[in-house]
This record gives sequence, structure tokens and C-alpha cells, in this order.
Amino acid sequence: MSEAQEFKYIGQRTVRPDGFDKVTGRAAYGADLTLPGMIWGKTLRSPHAHAKIRSIDISKAEAHPDVMAVATFKDFVTLQSESIAAGEGSADVLDLAKNCLADDKVLYHGHAIAAIAARTEQAAKDALSLIEVKYELLKPVMDVEDAMKEDAVVLHDDMFTAGYEEKPARASNIATRVEMKMGDVDAGFADADVIVEREFRTPTAHQGYIEPHACTVTYDEDGQSMIWCCTQGHFDVRTSTAKVLGMELSKLKVVASEIGGGFGGKTVIYQEPVALILSKKSGRPVKMVMDRDEVFIATGPTSAAKLKAKVGIKKDGTITAMQGWMAYEAGAFKGSPMMPGVMTMFTPYDCPNVLVEGFDVVVNKSKVAAYRAPGAPQAEYAAEMVINELAEKLGMDPIDLRLKNAAKEGTQTIYGPKLKKVGLVECLEAAKNSPHYQSALPEGQGRGLAAGFWFNVGGQSSVTVNMNTDGTGTIVEGSPDIGGSRASMQMMAAEVLQIEPKHLKPIIADTENLPYSQGTGGSRTTFATGMAVIEASEKVVAQVKERAAAVWNVTAEQVDYADGVVRNTAGEDSMTLAEVCKGAEKTGGQISGSANINARGAGPSFAVHICDVAVDQETGKVDVTRYTAIQDAGKAIHPGYVEGQLQGGAVQGIGWALNEEYIFNEDGVMENPGFLDYRIPLASDLPMIETIIVEVPNAFHPYGVRGVGESGIIPPLGAVGYAVGNAIDRKVEELPCSPPRVLALIQNG
Amino acid sequence: MVSVVYEAPDSIDGAISLLANADVPAKVLAGGTDLIIQTNGSADVSRLFVDVKKIAGMLDANLSAEGLDLGPSMSCAEFTAREDIKKVFPGLVEAAYLIGSTQVQGRASIGGNLCNSSPAADTIPALLVNGAQCVIAGPGGERSVAAEDFMTGVGRNCMEKGELLKTIHLPTPAANTSDAYLRFIPRTEMDIAVAGAGVSLTLDDSGTCIAAKVAIGAVAPTALLVSAAADALIGTKLDDDALQAAADAASAASSPISDRRGTAGYRKQIVGVLVKRAAKIAATRAKGN
Amino acid sequence: MAKTHVTTSINGEPQEFLCEPGDTLLDVLRNDLNMTGTKEGCGSGDCGACSVTLNGRLVCSCLVLGVEVEGAEVGTIEGVSSGDGLHVIQEKFLEHAALQCGICTPGIIVSTKALLEENPNPTEEEARYYLAGNLCRCTGYDKIIRAVMDSAETLRGGA
Repeated sequence: MSEAQEFKYIGQRTVRPDGFDKVTGRAAYGADLTLPGMIWGKTLRSPHAHAKIRSIDISKAEAHPDVMAVATFKDFVTLQSESIAAGEGSADVLDLAKNCLADDKVLYHGHAIAAIAARTEQAAKDALSLIEVKYELLKPVMDVEDAMKEDAVVLHDDMFTAGYEEKPARASNIATRVEMKMGDVDAGFADADVIVEREFRTPTAHQGYIEPHACTVTYDEDGQSMIWCCTQGHFDVRTSTAKVLGMELSKLKVVASEIGGGFGGKTVIYQEPVALILSKKSGRPVKMVMDRDEVFIATGPTSAAKLKAKVGIKKDGTITAMQGWMAYEAGAFKGSPMMPGVMTMFTPYDCPNVLVEGFDVVVNKSKVAAYRAPGAPQAEYAAEMVINELAEKLGMDPIDLRLKNAAKEGTQTIYGPKLKKVGLVECLEAAKNSPHYQSALPEGQGRGLAAGFWFNVGGQSSVTVNMNTDGTGTIVEGSPDIGGSRASMQMMAAEVLQIEPKHLKPIIADTENLPYSQGTGGSRTTFATGMAVIEASEKVVAQVKERAAAVWNVTAEQVDYADGVVRNTAGEDSMTLAEVCKGAEKTGGQISGSANINARGAGPSFAVHICDVAVDQETGKVDVTRYTAIQDAGKAIHPGYVEGQLQGGAVQGIGWALNEEYIFNEDGVMENPGFLDYRIPLASDLPMIETIIVEVPNAFHPYGVRGVGESGIIPPLGAVGYAVGNAIDRKVEELPCSPPRVLALIQNG
Repeated sequence: MVSVVYEAPDSIDGAISLLANADVPAKVLAGGTDLIIQTNGSADVSRLFVDVKKIAGMLDANLSAEGLDLGPSMSCAEFTAREDIKKVFPGLVEAAYLIGSTQVQGRASIGGNLCNSSPAADTIPALLVNGAQCVIAGPGGERSVAAEDFMTGVGRNCMEKGELLKTIHLPTPAANTSDAYLRFIPRTEMDIAVAGAGVSLTLDDSGTCIAAKVAIGAVAPTALLVSAAADALIGTKLDDDALQAAADAASAASSPISDRRGTAGYRKQIVGVLVKRAAKIAATRAKGN
Repeated sequence: MAKTHVTTSINGEPQEFLCEPGDTLLDVLRNDLNMTGTKEGCGSGDCGACSVTLNGRLVCSCLVLGVEVEGAEVGTIEGVSSGDGLHVIQEKFLEHAALQCGICTPGIIVSTKALLEENPNPTEEEARYYLAGNLCRCTGYDKIIRAVMDSAETLRGGA
């Protein structure tokens, strides 16, 4: 599709179909399932950031009357290194297993070592102290700079940097080095009138979902098993868990509970295989729910990063060269989102000469997980800060500078393809015309603006639409609903079936009721699963036409379908959808449509944010006074939930820019593993988040959809960072802009 | 293993008897907002919880000509809703309002804040500048301790085994006196004070400060009364130089640590800023009185 | 260790339960009474997902002991809607798309009800500060605050 379409249901603000359960407390989340005979599992975690495990003695724990099972790494099957789909990328199955329960080394404060199942949660927790672990302490390696030093303590003595032509002679903490380039940056910088080069740092930050990881599992005597858990991708939980336990996929059913936030962090396994071991050993269903401190120390976070950005520009505002360098912390095992950082860093700009180098570095922190546009916020923060400084140096409006160099259809990306039709220019124009940008900055405040780019992904989605005999239907999908996606599935099916959305009930099927579906991530659900819903619904319409044609003895081509009614164009006959469904018994059996697709053509979503801040010059405290988020949705299926994605992404980014950071002591122990001192934004911290939805349709989706879940977290780092610098007349290079750091900048320059 | 015994006596004597005769660590349970978290965090716990909320007077506040007699377990939510108290001790009320969320205010109390004896407790500086007296009941009878002598260290206070905080008494302030409390936190709510400052001022008709008390929190093992800061204000019309001198005196008197909530250097600076700002607010209020 | 017998009232209905003296009200609601509408996000009073009312006062149920509710009135999310439909606040949350994942929603609705009973006409700032102890990581609070303000207006109009 390309031009604007007329829609009957798309674009309305319907009430989400799962809403009633969620406002009444009836919706069942990860920790809400209790099974008969169920017992509780708890995890023993490392108090040390880096140590060899000399021995684990579980005999006292096993002998305790309350304890019904104990699990350690030895209970996993013997595994070989193998890359499997996990989270929003791939992971080594051996690393996955070693992260669920440590093998011979603990690699971060909080690393799981063993687990105990007992009759009550408290009894399991109490019994953990009966497990005796002997450690040989090693020096913790807590940031990329230390980790990359020649003489650094090495976390994995079998890790040799990938990405060089020859395998390095020595093991290293650098897992991978990547370089991407196009054109000639040296020539580009030689052409420039002004060059700005700066170095930046971003902190370790957590997704901060309010629901802790939780699961309830059963392992039956015949080997049939079930996992109920809160996850963004239950099919991937099945793959990973089956792999580390050596199970056939057909023996393991995974049911996705309602999920209390994920943001990328609930895409990998932690407790699930451990709980199954405990269930197998005890013969009981087992529930495991993480405490909040466990969530902070042992799951998530995203990479802390060190970055450099250098951009050259002509006096007329033409960018001539862009160069970047970045080192991302992966945590204990390789696999930071450095690669998407490299790919996205300068993509909002149409520049022929670009060079970016990236390093994926292991450190003694928990293994990072995907976090909303993984890797992009850090890299684009560095780029956007430098672009703003260049605009300031040239005396040019920062939007005009961006418009002059904006990526558009045909722009060559550093990672290969040329961009298809994208909406950056439209977003920038909307920003320029916004009430916010048109208003004068209040005296004493600072303003910042930044753009953001995220690819979005497509991928595999399986959907079946089953029609009932009264003409209502069930949409059976495999994408856990994290933010209202059932509503958009319902509306897209309604649009095809031409019946009111409320007659269609979307459900998230378990892994036995549908073929594989990728998880909810990469902003793919409304795009890819939506595409499958549309295709499955179209198959229903085709069948409805065929059935009516058979009744009327005409060809299906002679039958029209509109407004929920089939009409015989060769005669006067008509039937409602309900009548066709009611008669299905006599026309060939019940009606349903399935689409198992691998969606291609995800359209990138660009975002532009504007931020005003007031800074207390005596304390360094920053107050966001006004904020506007502008983003290309392609087509907003449910504008309310699209705005919600823009606002939620913006506020997570504001938190990251202002106060969120992991604080470690010198032994590598996290000192703020709770919402008291890991400070996510509060209702009282914020103004309303103004939104502007831009709609530049994605030609590869029938309704023009682009995913909107992720891009919104990218611009806040630069927009807030620059606004703070603007308010205090300083350059902000390190996030977060916490009060002590801002006050130091004010006082020391 | 966890083993908690819960008792809810209906008299002071009953509470004292339970506390004095306990053979495991005995804790007074008021709002529980600190105690329950501290207990949940431990794997090996034997505790006697003595819930004092059923004892007459523990949840009451009486304002009279002699001053305020505050039942130590009255919830902050109830306390801050008392307009009569707010008129006389606005600084103490705003300190109580700053403790935790609405939910925490529904349970937390000024007595609990005092007895938990955190250096960062918001109400303690406000109690200090108002000359609060802590009435402590114990097996040997009652005794009264000045609020500034109550805390003896981080998480420690002067109460002996078997003792219970019965009442907090604040004398009626002199004419043209008022107070203010400010704290600094990174967000707008929900954080523990990085630094705090309470100020009480008495002005004469010309606007000259004739009496002052300045207390600082979260910048030393206990909240402190800083007489040098008060002296810097007394005899002045609270001009910028006087305020700055008080701020500098407060910074100098502080001995903060660096932790996840702030560095020592930062806290030292900020506490001065808070003293300056709180003094201005207290002065405005005193003029209004 | 002997359990303690507690007689209380939850959402206006008499309720009895046995609990360990160290169990929190949240543990009792979720694990003993199977009232899982009240959620646990932190267990330390920092997130508000477990908000309930205790004798009409908003509290975190993770910071109340089960034994303390002897003779008390407890209000949970399960008691917000009546038999014949949703409460206005619940309807407004749906209408304004004021929830995404929904895990914080029960706590925020319980808190909003408490707010509007105390203060039927809050300013936006008052609403934001009253709800500061209810963390939401999905919405950025914008739509929540709109739903709260709209609920307040509707409830005032209906009074």
C-alpha cells in the first residue's frame, strides 16, 4: 500500500479486549498461578563478582526436612557450545546454561549457583544458607576500559577476539571487534569547515519492569512438562529450556502468562530450566519468583558504554564525514548489542563518508539482555550530542541542520541496503511546527532536541482465526501482549472481516496450539503478527465467499464481501457473515483461516524529541519542564496505544538520562538493587508527554504499519543531555545527569 | 530460620513487661515500614514484635497551651492532616509529609522515624529545632530525654532493653517563631534524604532574628544541632551574608560519608544550601505569625 | 511454629485465616486467600503494586503483617468494581489507554480511589504527588494522570 487508505475500524480508540481483566485484578501474571501440591524454589546467588567455585556442598541442604530438591549446574545435560535463537538475537546455549546456574566460576554478584525447593517460599529461602560454597576470589573487572587493557584479568580463558583476520594469540575480554565503513572519512574530514569530536559514557541501566521474573512449572513422570511464565517469547523459552535440559520440543509446553513489562528483558531464560529440575527431582509443581534485588543483580540490564563521535561539517551545514567508536559491556558472557549500535549510530544522516568501530566486551556484571532498541540509545546519544554542538557552532537551527542532512528514501546505510521510504523529514518538520518548538524557552531553562532511528524487525508469526457459528471469532496468536497489542490484532481482523472489533477475541495461545512464533520484541508484533492476522482473516473472507458462492451456485469471483455481508453480484442474494458461519456445517465444515508467515519489509521508525529542563544551579537537580515526542508510526492502528509507546519510551529514556545507574562498590557488588536507589521516574517527576504521531505508510504492510515500540527510547538521552548542557552552559559527556554530576559540571566546567 | 512472635498489648505496662522479659530480640512494631523490611531481609530471624498501636494514647496528638504531646505511633498521614499542628509546627509537619509515599505515610510515624534512628530520618532535625523531649517508659519508671540526646549513632539510640517511647513533647514556641524543614533528594519523592536541614527562628518586631536553632540530617552519624549556624543568624536580619555564614557553618559541622546516595563532598555543599533555603522559609513564616 | 488465627473483613466480607506472625498481608492475600489481584513488585514499599486500604487508609500490603489486620477493614482491587459493572476509575483507565502491561494497574486504581475519596478535586500536581509511590514503567504516567483527572471530574459530576 502507499497512499492513505479509508478505514472502518483502524485508527479508532477502542477499549482493549483484555482490559476488563487488567483493571479488576483478574488477569493472571507470572506469579499468579498456584497448582495443587505446589512447592517453592529459591536461588542461591554469588556474593562475589568474580571467583572460581572450588566446591559446592549440598548435603546439609538435602538432609533438611523442609527441603524437597536441590539443583546445581551438574543437573543440566552435557552441553556443547551452539548458537540458538534467544531473546532478540542469538545466544550460545552453553552460556545460557552457565548463566542459569554457574559451572566452575561465578562471573558477577548475583550469579545463580544452586536452587532449593521447599514447602514454602520462606523455608526455601532459609535453607539456602545450608549450601556450602568454597570460592577462590578473583579480581573483578568492572568496566570496558579495565577489561580491554592488555594486562586485564580475563573472564573466560577460551575467549579470543573475533573480527580480526588472524585469531589473536591470547585470550581477551574483547569478544568481538566490528568495523563498518563507507566512503573515505579522511577525505570527508579534510573537506569539513568545522569538526567536533567528543567522548561519552553511559551507565548500566535496567529495563525496570515492575513484575519480577516468575514461573510455575510441572515435570510429569512421563516426561511431559509445562512451564507457565511471564515472557515476551514463550516459543523461545521452550527452545532454550529444552536445549539445556535435553528435551524434545513436543514434551515441553510453555504457556505465556500475562506479562508485567519486559522491554526486551524478558526474552531469555533464568529460572525456568532450574524450576523444571527441581520439579523433576521433587515430583511436585514448583513456583519460582524472583525478589526485586534478584531482578536487579541477575537479570537485564543493558550495556554501559564508552563512545566517541567525530563529525565534520561545511559552513553551509552539509555533513562531510562521520566517525564513531564504541565499546559496550556485555556483562559476564559475550553478546552486547554493540552491533546494532554500530549500525544505527549515524543512520539518521545522509553522509557518504562514515566509519564506525565497535567492541563487545565482557565484564563482571550480569549478562545484558535486550532493552528497547538494544544498543541504539547509547550510540545515537553520542552522535546527536555532536550534531547539536555543530549546529550551535554554525549558528544553525538544529532542526534545519538535520533537515539538510536527513536520511530519506534512497539514502545508503552503513550496514548495506538503501533506505526505503522513511519518515524522518516528516518528523523533523512536525517537530519544527510543534507548539513546543514554536514556543519560547522559559528564562533560565535549557532545550535539547535529538533524532532516533531503529530498524524494526519482521520475522515469524503464526495466527489462526477461528469463526464461531454465530459469526463471532477467535484470533489465536503467539505474541505475548505487553502493551495492548491484542487491541490492534482485533482491529486489523475487524477491518478485514468488516465486523465490529468486539466480536473478535484475541488470545495468546501456548506453544502446543500454534506453530512457532517469534517473541514480542523488535517492534514486530503489530507489524508482523498483524500481517499474519490480516492474511488469516483474508482466508476467512475467501472461504465465506466460496461457501456463499456454493449456496448460490455462482463462482466465488461473483460474490462481494462488504460490511459483514456477502452479496451475489449475479443476483439479489445476500447473507450475513453470521448466517454463513451458522450454515458452515452444511457447506463443508467450520470456517477458519491460518497464516504462518515470515514477515519481510519491516519499516524503520524515526523519532524526534524536544526537551526543556530547569536546573537548580545550587544543587544540580534537573527538572524536565516540557517534553514532546514525535514519531513515524506508518499507520497508527490504535492511536492511544501508539501514543503510549511514544510516552513510555520517552520516560524510560528520561530516567536513563537523569538518575538511573547501577552503583557498584570496589568489590563489584551492586549497592542499589532496589527501586529506592535505582531511581526510575515517578509520576511527580514528570510533565505530560506531548505526542505527535507522523504517518508515512510502510509499503510492505497492508495497512502501512511501522513498529513503534522502540525508537522512542533513543532520542531522550541526547535531548535531555543537550538540554541540561544548554541550561548550565556546559557540555554533558557522561550520563546520567544526576545532581552531583551536574553540580560538578556547573562548578568545575 | 525465621521465627516471629507477635504480641499486641493494650497497656504501656504490658508492653514494657513483654519487652523486658523477651528472650529473643524484641522490637516495637508501630508502622512497620522499616521493621518489616529489615526482618524480611534476614534469613535467620528470631524476633518478638510488640505492636504498640492498641495502647491508648500511642496514636493521639494533643495540642495545648503547653505544647504538643504526640503519640509516637500516630501515622504521618493522620499527623499531616492536622491543620492545628501545622499552624504551630509547619516544619515538623512538612518533614513528616516527606517520609515515603502516600502508602508509607499511612503507616509510618514520627516515633518510628525517631526510634529507627537513621541519620537520614526526616523528622529528627525538625524535632531538634523545636526542642522536643522524648518521654521514655521502662521497668524503672519514666524518664525524659532531649531529642538531640536520643540518637547515639547510626541506627542506635539511648533506649535500654524493656523501654518504650511513650510520648514526644514539643514546647509551645515563643511568639513570632516558626520552623521549616527541607531535604534534598534526586527525584521529587520516594528517596531517602541525601541531606536535610531544619531551622527554627524567632524574630522581633523589626525582623531581627533573636533566637534560632539549626539542625542538619544525613550528613553525620546522627542528626546534629549546629549552634554555630544558629549563632550566624541571631542578631541579623537574615541578609544574604548571614544566611551564607549559617550555610558555611552547617557545611563545616557536617561529616558526611560517600555512598549510593551521594558523595561526601556533595552532601557537605548541599546541606549548606538547604540551611539557607530553610532559614528563608522559616523567617517568612515567623513574620506571618 | 503455631499459626495465628485472624478474623478480619476484606472488601466488606468477613474473612478468617491462619498465618505465620511474620507473614505480610500481601503474602496472606496472594498465597492463602488466592486474591492475586494485589501484585508484588518489590516487597519493600517502593513500588505500590501491592496497594490496599487498611481501615480506609492507603498502605502497601507488603509492609503490613497479616496478624495486624485482626478486626480491621481491608480493601483490595477485587472490591473496587461492584457486581453490576466497573467503577468509574476502571472505566476511565480503559477509555484513556492508561495501562500497557497492567501489572501496576490494580495498585494504581486502589490508590486513585483513595485519592479521590480524600480529595475529590485534585490538581494535576496533587494527583502526581499522591501517586508518586505507584511506579509504572510502561506509560510515562501521562495517560494515567489523564484518567485520574477525568475520573475525578466524572465522579464530581455524578455526586
